[in-house]
Amino acid sequence: MNSCFINGIGCVSAQNTFENTFFEDAIDISNLNIVKAIKPNYKSFIPPASIRRMSAGVKNSIVASSVAIKEASADQLDGIIVGTGLGCIQDSENFLNKMIGYNEEYLTPTAFIQSTHNTVSGQIALKLKCKAYNFTYVNTGGSFQSALIDGLLMFEGEEANNILIGGVDEHAEYTNKLYQAIGYYRQDEEGKKNILKQRKSGVIPGEGASYFVLGNEQSDSTYAKILDVQLVNKLDQIDLPSFILDFLSKNELKLDEIDVVILGNNGDDEFDTYYDEASSIFESSTLLYYKHLFGEFLTSSSVATYIAAKILREQVIPEHLLGEQKVRKSDKIGNILIYNQYRGKDHSLILMEDV
Amino acid sequence: MEDLKKELKLKIIEALNLEDMSVEDISDDEMLFEEGLGLDSIDALELIIILDKDYGIKLTDSKDGKKIFRSIETMATYIAEHRSK
Repeated sequence: MNSCFINGIGCVSAQNTFENTFFEDAIDISNLNIVKAIKPNYKSFIPPASIRRMSAGVKNSIVASSVAIKEASADQLDGIIVGTGLGCIQDSENFLNKMIGYNEEYLTPTAFIQSTHNTVSGQIALKLKCKAYNFTYVNTGGSFQSALIDGLLMFEGEEANNILIGGVDEHAEYTNKLYQAIGYYRQDEEGKKNILKQRKSGVIPGEGASYFVLGNEQSDSTYAKILDVQLVNKLDQIDLPSFILDFLSKNELKLDEIDVVILGNNGDDEFDTYYDEASSIFESSTLLYYKHLFGEFLTSSSVATYIAAKILREQVIPEHLLGEQKVRKSDKIGNILIYNQYRGKDHSLILMEDV
Repeated sequence: MEDLKKELKLKIIEALNLEDMSVEDISDDEMLFEEGLGLDSIDALELIIILDKDYGIKLTDSKDGKKIFRSIETMATYIAEHRSK
């Protein structure tokens, strides 16, 4: 496979990832039932006339992508590929609420226009005046990974020099209530727990937007190299070790050559057992967690990618990602593996290497 | 009439999501489109809905819209004369 370097990153999340101080300090979110992203100063990036029509996910995406592009000094993009689990769900809700509230009359175009899943990639392209390949993946828990695979394939086919890849999801009030009603999100009284210490049914929902400028050449701003991505929709827990081992073998790596494994534990007692299974095979790797600080959302592995890239460049492991674990390897961090799944589906592995 | 103008300003701020604006920021004779408030054609559709939904006024001729939506003053005058709600 042709090389694929992360040359620029922008991340808007519940932590100070945008201000770039997350590795020094983490905000305790264990008292929250819904974890919201910290709003950056949108006006510094988006004209006021445009801001008013944008939902949180669109605004966060434009800000995060702008930062990533600036950092990578990528003057020209050959593709904009976005993964989103629920898309612009705020405007979808808004439009449907109006449809019900006004008895299917008086429907205005704004919310409808903005409610489509590809609004995000479209708005980024409009801002950049970029007419290159523009695609949006809406594949639930595999949305971001699908975008990443598409990008890697473009490099593989020598179709691109620089691509913007992102993962974004946003909260929407009614949708959150629905997910809570069916038990996917924790009930209010159960939410206020540290998910790494106490597993229960359901997760604490989060949101965020993480964008990466991927390039086929290393530069001064390079964070890390993405070696491979694999995604499967269904996987029995018993088959997880072979899924991981086969993936590593395909990349000519052994278990003990993985220095850090970033796991997606979200505190859901029904499905965190997959992570237990994954943890058990990595005896010498340092295990890290992040959803206790960011919440769970369908594109949250984009946050894990941000964390992995920062660790590989800075060669530092923030203590707040260790949970109850300890650093097992203290020498150079060369390879990081990200394993994620959502409700027992969409199992993904992202392999990254330092440069 | 003053109450109607204030009500209109509040409705416009809400419908068009003019987050940082208050009633005091919009003067009665300020141009709503192009200069002034800088609204556009999508906003015009929102204003048409406000007239229909809240005041029972249906606009059929787009030429009328240009005069009616010139400012808060012109909107309020037209609503006061033609409202059925």
